[in-house]
Amino acid sequence: MNAEDLDRMKKLVQQALPPMEGDDEPDRDLWPAMLGRLNAPPAAEPLAGWAWFDGALAVSLVALAACFPASIPVLLYYL
Amino acid sequence: MQIGESGVLNRFREGNPETLEAAFEALFRLHQRAVYGWILRIVRNPSTAEELTVETFWRIHTAHARFEPAQGFEGWARRIATRAALDWLHTRRPECELYPEASGELAAPATADPAIIAEIRARTALAFGRLPPKLRIAATLAVVEELPQKEVAAALGISVAAVKLRVFRALRLLRNDLKRQGITP
Repeated sequence: MNAEDLDRMKKLVQQALPPMEGDDEPDRDLWPAMLGRLNAPPAAEPLAGWAWFDGALAVSLVALAACFPASIPVLLYYL
Repeated sequence: MQIGESGVLNRFREGNPETLEAAFEALFRLHQRAVYGWILRIVRNPSTAEELTVETFWRIHTAHARFEPAQGFEGWARRIATRAALDWLHTRRPECELYPEASGELAAPATADPAIIAEIRARTALAFGRLPPKLRIAATLAVVEELPQKEVAAALGISVAAVKLRVFRALRLLRNDLKRQGITP
């Protein structure tokens, strides 16, 4: 993709998705919601939300990287 | 007795239970609008932005001990807000509701068939919503919102070169997606 294509794509995106302007204030006071969140019981640690599949996938990726170091740039590219 | 923002920041950083809550509320009231506006630019949905503003300040509250007053609150809050928005994007499948523009109701220039232009814009908005969240955030802030790349880099915690790369990859993926739909930008 050359610079001309890049500019064309940028213009297309800008036409499809205009910037958010002006209305950048919440409709309501968020402090009561904030207090509610602060007083709520602590949520579970993020890691506790991991499904077994996430763990298996992580182990597979580490194993793949260890066995085939050449795949590391490819993995990083898709992260 | 009134204390300045630096005093509030120091009290927030110290985390003394007697003064932390008051300092946090002061910071919340001072910065909620900026944080909300930043998140709104990323998620483009007011109610989600409100929800994520609360989430962001909750993360700020729990991380008060890691705050460095010398680095400033705004940039720190913005990084946390960006992270919260990114986490939210990761949990969502690409949906039309993220991009109301995808309804095809945008005004089209009179120089071409308005229906076709509206259709292309709608498909572009949908394809944009299908981009990987990391690329989508970079492209949203740098291309849609036209923010300086340095500002985007600071919010994402990456280098300016990495922002350029993410934007390039986002636009290339978008172009390929549109080509598969028979649209040649």
